[in-house]
Amino acid sequence: MSNSEILVKELADKYGRNRESLMPILQDVIEVRRYVTDEVLVSVAKELDLSAAEVFGTASFYSFIDTKEVGKYVIRLCKTIVCDMKGKDAIIGALESTLRIKVGQTTPDKKFTLFTTNCLGWCHKGPAMLINDEVYTELTPGKAIEIIENYMHK
Amino acid sequence: METKKLSRVDYIFKPETNCIDTLKKVMTMEKEEFILELIDSGLKGRGGAGFLTGLKWKLAAEAAGDVKYVICNADEGEPGTFKDREILDRVPYKVLCGMALCGYIVGAREGFIYLRAEYRFLVPKLRKAIADLNVEFLKIGLTFSIDIRFGSGAYVCGEETALIESMEGKRGEPRNKPPYPVTEGYLGKPTVVNNVETFVNCVIIAGIGHQEYKKFGTDNSRGFKLFSVSGDCSKEGVYELELGMSLQDFVDEFGDGDTKAVQVGGASGFCVPRKKFPDTIIGFEGIPTGGSMKIFNSSRSMYNVLHNYLEFFEEESCGQCSPCRVGCQQLLKGIVAVKRREKSSPYLDELMKLAETMKVASKCGLGQSVGNAFVSIIENFREEIVY
Ligand SMILES: Cc1cc2nc3c(=O)[nH]c(=O)nc-3n(C[C@H](O)[C@H](O)[C@H](O)COP(=O)(O)O)c2cc1C
Ligand code: SF4
Repeated sequence: MSNSEILVKELADKYGRNRESLMPILQDVIEVRRYVTDEVLVSVAKELDLSAAEVFGTASFYSFIDTKEVGKYVIRLCKTIVCDMKGKDAIIGALESTLRIKVGQTTPDKKFTLFTTNCLGWCHKGPAMLINDEVYTELTPGKAIEIIENYMHK
Repeated sequence: METKKLSRVDYIFKPETNCIDTLKKVMTMEKEEFILELIDSGLKGRGGAGFLTGLKWKLAAEAAGDVKYVICNADEGEPGTFKDREILDRVPYKVLCGMALCGYIVGAREGFIYLRAEYRFLVPKLRKAIADLNVEFLKIGLTFSIDIRFGSGAYVCGEETALIESMEGKRGEPRNKPPYPVTEGYLGKPTVVNNVETFVNCVIIAGIGHQEYKKFGTDNSRGFKLFSVSGDCSKEGVYELELGMSLQDFVDEFGDGDTKAVQVGGASGFCVPRKKFPDTIIGFEGIPTGGSMKIFNSSRSMYNVLHNYLEFFEEESCGQCSPCRVGCQQLLKGIVAVKRREKSSPYLDELMKLAETMKVASKCGLGQSVGNAFVSIIENFREEIVY
C-alpha cells in the first residue's frame, strides 16, 4: 500500500465509511498534507465506495480543499472590503516581494503558497490573514514580513 | 412606528454561571409550555433570515420520527460579521447549552456545530467545553451529545440546506425548499438549524422569562442583538444593543463624524446613504441585519465597495442556477464596462433590471440578495459608479 492509501484507510477507520465521512476525511488529509492528490481522491473513493468523479466533484467545490500542490504554509490574506480599505494591497506587496512569488503561486522550495480569500471575520482588526489555521490581524507590511520570516526559520 | 434609543445591554456575554441550572429548570416544565414561552418572547433567528425561533422548534418537535438533529450554524461568512466568533470564544457554554435545550425540546439526541474552517483556532476551547458539558448533561439526566463539523471555505454553506449537503459529504449546493430542514434535514431527518447567537438567546429567555425579554426591542424586533461594527469608525468591535434604534443614532455613536454610507447586513444587505439615516430603523421593521454594520466615510469610493461585493458573490455563487451564476458575472462585467466608458450610463438601468430578476429567479438567498447591495448602491451613488 502507498502512503496515501494507508493515510486514507486510517482516516476511514476513524470516521467510518459513510458518505458523511467524506468531508472529515478530506479535511484531515488537508491538515496533514495541505492538499489532496489524485491518488488520495481515488483511494478515498475506493474506501467509501463512491465514484472518483463524485469525490473529485465534492473536493473541488471547496476553496480550502486544494486539489493542486500547495506549500507547507498556506497564506490566505483577506481581500474583502474592510481589509481592502485598511491596506491589504500593501500587505500583498510586502508578502510578494518577501516570498518572491505572486498571489496564487508557491515558492520553489514548496514552503509557502500565497492566496487571497474572502472575509475572514476580523474586519475590526484588519488587515488579516491565515497561515494554515493560525490567525494574524492588524497587519502592517513590516509586521507581515516579520511573521513570514519566523515561518522561514521553522 | 415604535423605535428605541440606542442603548447598550449586557446579556449575551454575561459570564456563563448557571446554564445548567437553566436547563434543569426547563426540564421540569412541559415542553409545550417552553415552546410557547419562546414564541411569546418574539425571538427571531439571528442568522439573517429572521424566522421565529419558537415556531421552528415547534415544527421540529411535532415532526414525526425518533431521530432528529440540532445544528448550530457557525459558518459566519457574511462580509463584516464576526460576532459568532466572539460568542464561541467568550461564552461557548451558553451556545452548547442552547443546543442541548433545543435537543431536549424537539427530541434530538445529537447536535453538531458547523464551524467555518477560518475559525479552527477555536477548536481546543470548544472541544474542552463539549467534553465538560457531555458529563454535565449526563448528570442531570439529559441524553444529548455534541460534535463539531467543519466548513471548508464556502460562503454558501451558511445557507442551511447547503450546510446540510456539505455535512452529508456533498457539494454545498442549496436544496429546493420545501421540504424545510425541520421536516427533512440532515440525513433526511427533522433538523433544527439555528445561528450561534439564536441559541444563546434561547438560554437567556429560559433564564429570565419572556416577559422580561420582551421589554427589549420593538413589536417586530424583540430583544437585543450583537452588532459587528467595522470600517471608518471611532470604535470598531462587537456591541450588544437593543433592537429598534435608528441608523442616525447608530452613526452618532460609532461613526467617525464624516459617515457617507452604512452597509447594513453585509454584502447581502443594503447600503443606506447619509440622508436616509434618520428614517432607517435597524430591525425587522426597517433593515434587518445578521449583525454586519460597515461604515464608509466620504473618502471611500462606492464603486470600489460595489465591485468588491460583486467579486465576492461571483466567487461564492455555487453555480447551480443560471440567474445567479450568470447574473453575478454580468453585473460585475457591467459596472466595469460603465466605469471604462465602454457602456453609457443608461446601461446601469439594464443591470438594475437584471438584479431585480435575480431577486425573484434565483434558487437560494445568495442569488436573491445580490440585488440588495447592487440596487441600493446604484440608486444612491450612481454618479460614483459612472464617473
Ligand atoms: C448565502 C447564505 C449564507 C448564510 N450564512 C449564514 C451563516 O453564516 N450563519 C447563519 O447563522 N445563517 C446563515 N444563513 C441563514 C441560514 O440559511 C439560516 O436561515 C439560519 O442559519 C437559521 O438560523 P436562525 O433562524 O437562528 O437565524 C445564510 C443564508 C444564505 C442564503
Ligand atoms: S442562487 Fe446562487 S448560490 Fe443559490 S443555488 Fe443559485 S447559483 Fe447557487
